[in-house]
Amino acid sequence: MKANCWCGIGEVQVMDVPDPEIINPRDAIVKITSTAICGSDLHLFDGYVPTMQKGDILGHEFMGEIVETGRNVKNLKVGDRVVVPFPIACGNCYFCDKQMFSLCENSNPNASIAEKMWGHSPCGIFGYSHMTGGYAGGQAEYARVPFADIGPIKIENGLTDEQVLFLSDIFPTGYMAAEQCNIQPGDTIAVWGCGPVGQFTIKSAWMLGAGRVIAIDEIPERLRMAKEQGRAEIIDRNEVDSVAEVLNEMTGGRGPDATIDAVGMEASGHGLLGTYDRIKQAMRMETDRISALRECIMSCRNGGTVSIPGVYGGFVDKMPLGSIMNRSLTIKTGQTHVHRYLRPLLERIKKGDIDPSFVITHTMPLTDAPEGYKMFRDHDDECIKIVLKPGR
Amino acid sequence: MKQQDLARALGWFSIGLGVAELLAPRKFEKAIGVRKNHNGLTRSYGLRELTAGIGLLAADEKKLSPWMWSRVAGDVLDLASLGSGFSSERNHKGKLALASAAVLGVTVADILCSVQLTKEETEPTSVRRAVSIRKSPQELYQFWRNFENLPRFMYHLEAVTVTDGTRSHWVAKGPAKTKVEWDAEIIDDEPNHLIAWQSLPGSDVENWGTIRFDPAQNGKETIVHVELGYIPPGGALGAIVAKLFGEAPEQQIKDDLRHFKQLMETGEIPTTEGQSAGRAKSATKYESYVRDLVSA
Repeated sequence: MKANCWCGIGEVQVMDVPDPEIINPRDAIVKITSTAICGSDLHLFDGYVPTMQKGDILGHEFMGEIVETGRNVKNLKVGDRVVVPFPIACGNCYFCDKQMFSLCENSNPNASIAEKMWGHSPCGIFGYSHMTGGYAGGQAEYARVPFADIGPIKIENGLTDEQVLFLSDIFPTGYMAAEQCNIQPGDTIAVWGCGPVGQFTIKSAWMLGAGRVIAIDEIPERLRMAKEQGRAEIIDRNEVDSVAEVLNEMTGGRGPDATIDAVGMEASGHGLLGTYDRIKQAMRMETDRISALRECIMSCRNGGTVSIPGVYGGFVDKMPLGSIMNRSLTIKTGQTHVHRYLRPLLERIKKGDIDPSFVITHTMPLTDAPEGYKMFRDHDDECIKIVLKPGR
Repeated sequence: MKQQDLARALGWFSIGLGVAELLAPRKFEKAIGVRKNHNGLTRSYGLRELTAGIGLLAADEKKLSPWMWSRVAGDVLDLASLGSGFSSERNHKGKLALASAAVLGVTVADILCSVQLTKEETEPTSVRRAVSIRKSPQELYQFWRNFENLPRFMYHLEAVTVTDGTRSHWVAKGPAKTKVEWDAEIIDDEPNHLIAWQSLPGSDVENWGTIRFDPAQNGKETIVHVELGYIPPGGALGAIVAKLFGEAPEQQIKDDLRHFKQLMETGEIPTTEGQSAGRAKSATKYESYVRDLVSA
């Protein structure tokens, strides 16, 4: 089959690789009909996530049709149309029982690597480095899905791929980011980053009762989407001296009730600290740049919540811990517990509360993935979200 | 100072002495009061010192004792040679006596260090680990009580055969297709709570283990405590056993227990071995890395 493989920093290639096979009794094989490039794939592409190996198949946002099931998968049959959550969860352990699926204790075969880096291991993730399992990803014609009796959600009605594909990651991720802000009716929520996750965060904040949503970015088409699709007030950080000052002014001097970092480890960064982070990260002295997160923390109102759906990998510098402590901030973060949100969010799509296909700016064949990665990274052609179609 | 550090320091001392004996045998002999030319003998002693020195510096921290004992043997040889020096009229007796006293001092240090190291290196090694598993103590006890199940999640075990109610025969995989075997006997058995076993005399490696199943506070899980121990044998077998139990036995037991938990909770052990990838060999270096951690 064809699969999009990581071939080193800044390089992906569509290669011919063996078709996946059932390895464990709870596996299923999915013939992929749609798959997407995620912002977090860019962290892999740009080489900021350790433990990638040449030839790793990328991709963790995918859906398709079941073509084979292992002997212990009873709830799916060949021909079922499914969306696959990006975290792999067993459904049996302590955390799965608590609906914290991305903390599944059993699904990461390389847990010992993650433990060395992070103390304890999270779940396994498709196509997302060996520290989180080294599972082959879904930017391919077929994928092997472990614990297929737990993860994939059946899509039975007439919804298009484009409407349901993002249940795999970015819609639940945006939703969880907003949910963990514990939004009270009328709250003001500020969202850093108007990429795909940011866009879903904005929509979710409204769904959860926000009174105002303010979006911060510096890329015109993303701000436009946040405004037109997300009905958010926008701040172009290139147009202002201090985002925090503008937010203060907008919120009567108090700051937003919750701030959300939908940017992650490769934040652009401005001013002296931004340069400092860039240099340290380039020298591998700091794994993550946190300029967006610093702003989230400093801008949040006293006693507010900082929610972090943005991906971070390791260690950071100049963390304003004093601001967090002295101002009673709450930090909420985590890889998304996608399984928890699949059914309720599918319901929302069915009811017409949201049509997630609004973020898609480009659709291309799987074989164009390398161009897609570059286009997405460089924001060429106002690219916000790319869907890849295998077999075209 | 740790014995290991002392051994390393003596290693440097050996190298210094060896170099002097090798490069300037005549000057060395004059310094210790030997008149007649014994260049060949002195050089060969130098080589011996050098070998011991390099051995002490290069050896693994846990395998220093053989090299230290080789120093003790060397000391005895040195003392014997110096002793024979006294019988020759031409040698300088004062210098010889001084040299002998120095060697005697070093010999005492060498012996003390060797004895201590040997003791430390053959001390029982034991590892303790705990894991929480969402199954009842009964289910976990029953699975573990049949030792024949253990190789399903302990990858370094090739087979365990239960020979009667309490006895079993264990075969573990060593490096390069070697095998390490032993018979074990259950010495304590509290149904649904605890199993303890130990190897029988005549085993390749003396080892023992205890596993305890305690119900967790949350009422949904069992906390499994494992303690495994072994006495590292010496010699070639020692090397195999060291390899078998890994340089990090803690890590190995942790991974064994993780596999046990995975198997009990999910019915399978998650893996990526055998999956597709865009490279010739599908096993990744990380899989090997993890395997090495487990079975190094």
